[in-house]
Amino acid sequence: MNGLLIRSLDRGATIFLVIVAAVGILVPALNLLLPPDSPFHVPTYLVALFGKYVCYALLALSIDLIWGYCGILSLGHGAFFALGGYAMGMYLMRQIGSRGVYANPILPDFMVFLNYKELPFFWYGFQSFPYALLMVVLVPGLLAFVFGWFAFRSRVTGVYLSIITQAMTFALMLGFFRNNFGFGGNNGLTDFKDILGFNVQAQGTRAALFAASCAALAIGFIICRAVVTSKFGKVLIAIRDAESRTRFLGYRVESYKLFVFTLSACMAGVAGALYVPQVGIINPGEFAPGNSIEAVIWVAVGGRGTLTGAVLGAVLVNYAKTTFTSGTLVPFWVFGVVAIAALAAVVMNVASKRDALNGAAAGLAIAFMAALLLLIPQMSASATLAPVLSNWPFLVAILFVLVAMGMSWHPWPLGAVFGALTLAFFSTPFATVALAPYWLFALGGLFVIVTLLMPRGIVGTIEYLWSERRARRDSAAAESAATVARPAE
Amino acid sequence: MNAMDTRTTTAQLYLDGISVSFDGFRALNNLSLAVEPGEMRAIIGPNGAGKTTMMDVITGKTRPDEGDAVFEGNSDLTRLDETEIARLGIGRKFQKPTVFEMHSVEDNILLALKDDRSARAALLWRESAEQSRRINTLLDTIRLTSARHRLAGSLSHGQKQWLEIGMLLAQEPKLLLVDEPVAGMTDAETHQTAELLKEINRDKTVIVVEHDMTFVRELGVKVTCLHEGSVLAEGSIDQVSANERVVEVYLGR
Amino acid sequence: MVRDRLVAWVLAAVLLVVAAPGYAQTYDDALTKFAADSFNETEAGIAGVAASGNARAIDVIEALSDQRLLFDPATKKIYIREKSGRVLDASTGTEASAPADVKTVRLNNRMRRAVEAALGGLTLLSADSGKRYEAAQAVFKSRDAAALPALDAAIAKETSASLKRALIEARAAVVLYKSDAREADRIDAVAIIKARGDQDALALLAGLPADAPPAVKRAASDGVAAIQSQLAMWAGVQNAWYGVSLGSVLLLAAIGLAITFGVMGVINMAHGEMVMIGAYVTFVVQETIRAYNPGLFDYSLLFAVPLAFMVSGAIGILIERGIIRFLYGRPLETLLATWGLSLILQQAVRTMFGPTNREVGNPSWMSGAFEIGQITITYNRLWIVVFCLSVFAGLLALLRFTRIGLEMRAVTQNRPMAAAMGIRTSRVDALTFGLGSGIAGIAGVALSQIDNVSPNLGQSYIIDSFLVVVFGGVGNLWGTLVGAFTLGIANKFLEPFAGAVLGKIAILVLIILFIQKRPRGLFALKGRAVEA
Repeated sequence: MNGLLIRSLDRGATIFLVIVAAVGILVPALNLLLPPDSPFHVPTYLVALFGKYVCYALLALSIDLIWGYCGILSLGHGAFFALGGYAMGMYLMRQIGSRGVYANPILPDFMVFLNYKELPFFWYGFQSFPYALLMVVLVPGLLAFVFGWFAFRSRVTGVYLSIITQAMTFALMLGFFRNNFGFGGNNGLTDFKDILGFNVQAQGTRAALFAASCAALAIGFIICRAVVTSKFGKVLIAIRDAESRTRFLGYRVESYKLFVFTLSACMAGVAGALYVPQVGIINPGEFAPGNSIEAVIWVAVGGRGTLTGAVLGAVLVNYAKTTFTSGTLVPFWVFGVVAIAALAAVVMNVASKRDALNGAAAGLAIAFMAALLLLIPQMSASATLAPVLSNWPFLVAILFVLVAMGMSWHPWPLGAVFGALTLAFFSTPFATVALAPYWLFALGGLFVIVTLLMPRGIVGTIEYLWSERRARRDSAAAESAATVARPAE
Repeated sequence: MNAMDTRTTTAQLYLDGISVSFDGFRALNNLSLAVEPGEMRAIIGPNGAGKTTMMDVITGKTRPDEGDAVFEGNSDLTRLDETEIARLGIGRKFQKPTVFEMHSVEDNILLALKDDRSARAALLWRESAEQSRRINTLLDTIRLTSARHRLAGSLSHGQKQWLEIGMLLAQEPKLLLVDEPVAGMTDAETHQTAELLKEINRDKTVIVVEHDMTFVRELGVKVTCLHEGSVLAEGSIDQVSANERVVEVYLGR
Repeated sequence: MVRDRLVAWVLAAVLLVVAAPGYAQTYDDALTKFAADSFNETEAGIAGVAASGNARAIDVIEALSDQRLLFDPATKKIYIREKSGRVLDASTGTEASAPADVKTVRLNNRMRRAVEAALGGLTLLSADSGKRYEAAQAVFKSRDAAALPALDAAIAKETSASLKRALIEARAAVVLYKSDAREADRIDAVAIIKARGDQDALALLAGLPADAPPAVKRAASDGVAAIQSQLAMWAGVQNAWYGVSLGSVLLLAAIGLAITFGVMGVINMAHGEMVMIGAYVTFVVQETIRAYNPGLFDYSLLFAVPLAFMVSGAIGILIERGIIRFLYGRPLETLLATWGLSLILQQAVRTMFGPTNREVGNPSWMSGAFEIGQITITYNRLWIVVFCLSVFAGLLALLRFTRIGLEMRAVTQNRPMAAAMGIRTSRVDALTFGLGSGIAGIAGVALSQIDNVSPNLGQSYIIDSFLVVVFGGVGNLWGTLVGAFTLGIANKFLEPFAGAVLGKIAILVLIILFIQKRPRGLFALKGRAVEA
């Protein structure tokens, strides 16, 4: 077992764990120990927000384990997350006791409201924390086991599996929306008071929950590493790349898939359980198929099959989501910086760098003219046009995206998009824009751009470039060694 | 030749009256074939004769509509799936080389190495000295020792063919099914492959599907010619190539 | 039983009129009786007016029952105050200005029955067939024995078969509940009512008074059982129809997917958004027509169908050229990219048209309903079934008989070979995808007629559509057809037992189990091609 641990922790993994540990200690410490007026103080609402990100990161990790290493694209992992969350929510509901609105010592408020006479049998035992913890792992695990047993045994693979996992979470969502299902209907479970006797809202509890989330993430990461670096992991990759070949070697593919799918579902359940006390609510919306797919894109952005990438992707995308949807006003120059970074990434990835750079130059020029054309009449523009004109960088960008699509992603219109965006954003760098309406555009664009231009994801691309460089260096070294060796022959 | 003595007298692989049809097309039509233990058998026949389908039936990829397929006189192959058949000791090399492209050459051999295939064993697996020795030997045999850390996907076509043969050897099967092993190989490589197969045949039963008649002649074994899903002729290479029907449908005049 | 006698007398008078239409000179005489301000005279007036056969008789009686019949004590003239406040001279029917001291003709409870009977008798014999039918239904429910003579007369006179049946049924209802009717007649009545076979008939037979003769009771209970089984049958037919209707909607939504997913193997999660765009095209077309040429509104869908096909198809081609063709052979990535696209399209529509539902109207030929037996069929559902089947047939014909269809099938079956034969495969890909998307757009036009047109329209269909295609078997349009109708009907038959939501969950679970059994659907392709 010791050997397993050592083998699983290479340098990258160790660095990652150190970072997680540091965050898990520092954030609560900065929140609890520093006075609120200190510039280094982390406000409590941020602790809860970051805690949410960490839970999402654990969910992303669980998806990466099956998608990145075994090729199982689950579009229903949100279901396991939500089930874990509901298990924890049920414990928290039972902890409210007679402090609820209806002051019923046994029945949660919504049951009193819905005329329940007694506790449904599946709520038994949830007043006990260890039992609830067991359920957090057991319920998603059991569902995944049963579902996977059917699906993998009959060799449902690829998109078929994706679609039925999506159907699974959809069916669960419909069920949980029903009042007579016994889980609070569309209001879900909320108004929590205590966890293990501590007030859920209290600063100390939130800090502790954050630290617990980080610990769970670290443990999850170590488990995933242990799995993927073992021979089991090698078999998983073999299944991902050539499933039927693996069968012909005598491996029972379905039991491998079943094990890793169930493990992954348990991890998602734990993530959900930690998520609920930090956000204070769980409702059937968590089962929505869209949530599960969004979690997949976190993994894609960070880089699937890298584990650390999944965590990075989850944090990045969710940070962006918070920024967008909280109605933040952001100065344009931020987009300019993003556009330049993206341009750099694209130029490195497309075949013809020269074309892309030419395109960027052309884009700059066109955007400059467009800016002139648009800005001059804007001085006297009527009030009706004003909202359109203030967002003109987006219009120019959309125009170029259309051209790029029409030109089938030739590098130059793509470059032009970035050129246009860059200039447009820098031309009014301090004007700000409300982001909320653009979040879905950004998220949707992320899906398209990542799959088309960055299929390896961030971490995957970095690793790829790194290994390319090392391969070049190695072959250069081998060549020089060969030239040295030859005279000796 | 101790191994010879322990063999039973019944056929190692016995196919009887196998028929398979796809949407009305009969890929195999009442095919019967018996391969004795320790035998090497070459299967020839025009495209669409059912050679690959026959392999599919033996390895459990395709279920026959009717007929029996018996391994070692006691295992009914028509009732087992690919995994179980592989565990019985039937190994297969595909027509198109199929290796795990994202794994290193060494890991490819490791995955094929005869060992406990259960998920639990794989999770707790640690390489033993015996296993690493065996991997080294195999890499030597297939001449890929210098490429052991390279990704299998980066190998040339011929190297992949050899790697796949190496994986087949690592499985230590009792019966090897080899589908067009020399396609795309140079004459020298073809010759080496023939030697390798003869070497393997010393203690294993081998069925080779091949189009290359020089190669088949070089193997010098009993030949079965398939046509339209059933056996057209069987015998030595000279007998078969003298057969009127074989000349007509396959070899050409 | 003075009242009954009075009623009978009034009806007898009515019958006299029917028997001898010439006997109608007494209308004005009868009217004057209302001015006497005495209950007895008023009764005579009712009888007289009812018997007169005058066209205004029914107005007068109605006015009397609503306390709108006025008389002038001085001139003895009778006026009708209409509901609008207008005052008519009851004698001539022309507008008149009533004197200031008009009084209302008074009515007591004794006479109300007479008024109602007179009304019933008059409407049973009304010239308007719709009124006659309503009257028959009213008698059927009220089972008023007093209406019997009027019914007999009306039955004798009626020429329309369906109305005659309604009248006979009404008569049977009366006879069945008439305690002094002959037993044989009552048993005959049971048979007639049983033949009617609806909920009302059931209630009538089930509610037979306890003092009815045993033979009648037995007949009635047999009738109840027969009607119940008949009603169950009709409920089944109704469910089947709902199922066919739902199935046609599913088929419309899935048929484009059957092409892009089934034929090309491309997972297009933005398929639902193509449907949604089709619905919005309909909205825009209708708005334009409303603004510029409201007279064309009934033809709006005829414009919307080709337009929706072109708009959705063009967007589809753009998507294929711009994104999907770079992802061939990477189905999971295609799935993600098109999901992202669906978010963008939804948000774009939300930005342009707002997040709320937009109203799309039904043309007149698609609104309303008709009845067959015990079930109601709405025209819009019927048209959608017809439309969906014709789209299906058209698509089959396109694939089978046209050059592009041939090329599509060739490319699907063997891409390299098709390319070698000189087919421009990339063009065929784009057109195939465009075709699938265009059909989704057409589906949107149809769905706009029965569903809310909102940016989320497509999302609610995408999972169902995928299940239909997967269930039916990929690459087979007939499979999609069977899959859609099977799922639709199964859904509607499960609903009564399990409720709408649980029924849907049950369907999902059943499909998941079904995929276990036949991973490639009902009508799966077999053979080596599939494995490759």
